[in-house]
Amino acid sequence: MKWDSAKILRAFGPFGAFALVWACFGVLESWLQGTPFVKAAIFSGEAVVNIIQNTAVVGVAAIGMTLIIVAAGIDLSVGSAISFCSVVAAKVIAAGGAPHFVIMAALGTGLACGLLNGLLIVFARLIPFITTLGTLLVLRGLSLGLADSQPINVQEAAWLRWWLLPPASGFALLPPGGWLMLSLAALTVLVLHYTVFGRHVFAVGSNESTARLCGVAVDRVKLEVYAIAGVLSGAAGLMLCSFQGQGDPTGAEGYELDVIAAVVIGGASLSGGVGSVFGSMIGALIMTVIRTGCTLNGVSLGATKVVTGTIIVAAVLADRIRQRSARS
Amino acid sequence: MTVGDIRAHPRLEMRGIHKSFGATTALTDVSLRVLAGEVHALVGENGAGKSTLMKILAGVHRPDSGSMLLDGEPYDPADPHDGRARGVGMIYQELSIAPHLSVAENMMLGMEPRRGPFFARSRARAIALKTLAELGHPEVDVDQPAGRLAISQQQVVEIGRSVAMGCRVIVFDEPTSSLAQEDVTRLGDLIAKLAAQGIAILYISHFLEEVRRFSSSLTVMRDGRSVGGYPTATVSDERIVADMVGRDVHDLYPRSARKPGETLLEARIPGVGAMAVRRGEILGLCGLVGSGRTRTLRAIFGLDSIEAEVLMKGRPVVPAPRAAWFAGCGFVSENRKEEGLALDLSIADNVCLPALDRPPGRLGLVQPAELARRTRTWIAELNIRCQGPGQPLGSLSGGNQQKAAIARLIDADCDVWLMDEPTRGIDIAAKARIYQLMDQLVADPARPRAIVMVSSHLPELLGVCDRVMVVRRGRLGPPHIIGQVSAEQLMFEATGAA
Repeated sequence: MKWDSAKILRAFGPFGAFALVWACFGVLESWLQGTPFVKAAIFSGEAVVNIIQNTAVVGVAAIGMTLIIVAAGIDLSVGSAISFCSVVAAKVIAAGGAPHFVIMAALGTGLACGLLNGLLIVFARLIPFITTLGTLLVLRGLSLGLADSQPINVQEAAWLRWWLLPPASGFALLPPGGWLMLSLAALTVLVLHYTVFGRHVFAVGSNESTARLCGVAVDRVKLEVYAIAGVLSGAAGLMLCSFQGQGDPTGAEGYELDVIAAVVIGGASLSGGVGSVFGSMIGALIMTVIRTGCTLNGVSLGATKVVTGTIIVAAVLADRIRQRSARS
Repeated sequence: MTVGDIRAHPRLEMRGIHKSFGATTALTDVSLRVLAGEVHALVGENGAGKSTLMKILAGVHRPDSGSMLLDGEPYDPADPHDGRARGVGMIYQELSIAPHLSVAENMMLGMEPRRGPFFARSRARAIALKTLAELGHPEVDVDQPAGRLAISQQQVVEIGRSVAMGCRVIVFDEPTSSLAQEDVTRLGDLIAKLAAQGIAILYISHFLEEVRRFSSSLTVMRDGRSVGGYPTATVSDERIVADMVGRDVHDLYPRSARKPGETLLEARIPGVGAMAVRRGEILGLCGLVGSGRTRTLRAIFGLDSIEAEVLMKGRPVVPAPRAAWFAGCGFVSENRKEEGLALDLSIADNVCLPALDRPPGRLGLVQPAELARRTRTWIAELNIRCQGPGQPLGSLSGGNQQKAAIARLIDADCDVWLMDEPTRGIDIAAKARIYQLMDQLVADPARPRAIVMVSSHLPELLGVCDRVMVVRRGRLGPPHIIGQVSAEQLMFEATGAA
């Protein structure tokens, strides 16, 4: 494969946007608070750890969502699934389950949620949007029911808290969970580009009829995509537990929009066939940087939301313009 | 409308049009003149510049130099809307019909009659009714949603839109590629009617027969230039084709010595009939559009879940695409855009898709470099014009896209080739290359393949096939041997006139 400029622009476009947003907050801070640009709080080690902590849940879920969106699907139930998995994990911890058992329970629950979506979409031939809108409510309900509508405290499970604590040595840079997120993303990139399954995901998303004509087992690919995304929302549920110190039946509410926004900022097309895990990670980071930056500069909650929304639209717009210029 | 007043004056003139996109020159010194009431055909291979020229006429692109005159007045459209308002209507291959709006609403789209701030529905209906009557299609119900009409009627609605707007020039870009034969004839009548009103018609088509039937003069384009202008009545097919390809084409349908061997494919479809194909032969399926030719071919490949009993090399195969590819049988779809190809993906991704998990047992890993290398081989062999295996397929011309769809079967090393309209809507040079390839495949001395093809074009079937079967009303007829059957006999059998 040759490295032409359009391809580099395409691959690093989201990263450029991320650097720009990050730098903007540095400028804002040095202007508002008079600190020198390079010493701005948003570039500090603490802020970086903070950004990773706040990105981990959405970032891990966005890996799965990238697969789904590339395959021309959508999953609105991801926030509910994350919360449900966190509640299951907390329940198992409360019952004295060993760490490996907790992890298996959370991932297994995520798998079940993903399979539920996948089976309904593949075998009942329901539209993903509607199906997952339904499971969004169902899973949220199950999660509230299982937890009696109360958060379940898991503060004492130190092994779980460790994942998103600042690293013991400055040498590690990121919390372990940050590294886990990046490894999962890297693994998924490899799967998407260097396995038959990955190429089939792109083919199904780009043109399902063509994929079927060429002998791709379309239904199986779709089911597998939702199953993998389910397992990843289980992992995101564990991250949520780790970050909040509790299994929260009302947690991750509305995260589906953050996750989908991250994937779309990352350059994916909602009509399928296009998307990048790397881009989605950047997308998730951009959203966190906006929030962290706004908090650090004392921007009001309302203004933060306006800024976030504007940046989502601007990112997609910039991508369209870039694609148009690349095409002609 | 003053359209019918003046006769035989130049309605449209394009003079010395130049256009380039970046480094590539699309058009060089193209000139064209169409008289009022004349049907002027524009022929040329894909990529010859016809579409670019028409886009300049429509106002999509602006020429770098050159001028256009409409009824002697300078014509310089700012955009397609301006072009239409000034009297140049376009009927594209892909119709632009809003399926949920009524026929009348569709015809008035963008020029809705108003009463104050409101849409004047009764006036819109009246204009639509009058226009349709003028066009000789009073049977179209103006209140029906346009999406419920047959394609041919949707086309009439779209033509009606241009007429109702008072267009003086109407361009038809490949209007018949999705029409059945009888609808083509009706379209021809309609075009003649429009011309009789003094409208200048520009007609783009790959089908020389249509050009002959419909047009009174023609211009041939090649490599972005207008290479010849002729009255249709006096120019020979050979002259036109030679101008199009820049060389003389004698053997469009090559035929090497073919030695049919053992039976490769046997199929029995309940309610349709049975067929068998041997190594080293091409079996053609002919019939009218909608007769069930495509359905039969798809049933063998296991698309559309129709019950079928299929034996490949004597062994039963579950009729499903995946099983078929594994058994060495490949399929070329008649519908490139919707089904045949994933246009956003690269050439390599498209070509290598069926054979991606073969050989199996490599942990399901894919080596992009290996796929690119393989694809490069087929690009060279089939002469696919592109920048490389990583280029998105959608940016290639139709003929090159089709070659990529066919390269897939070479890549998957298929023994049995099922090809549904393999040369539909592609230029003559690409067609020639595909016929040549088909002949090579069945005449390969080491390993002759078997091909089953569906085509609407009888000369093509007679030129390419060894045997032909007619499908009529969903049933397969007996096989005929080429050379012992005439086109007329086949047509009689297909239409049931015999």
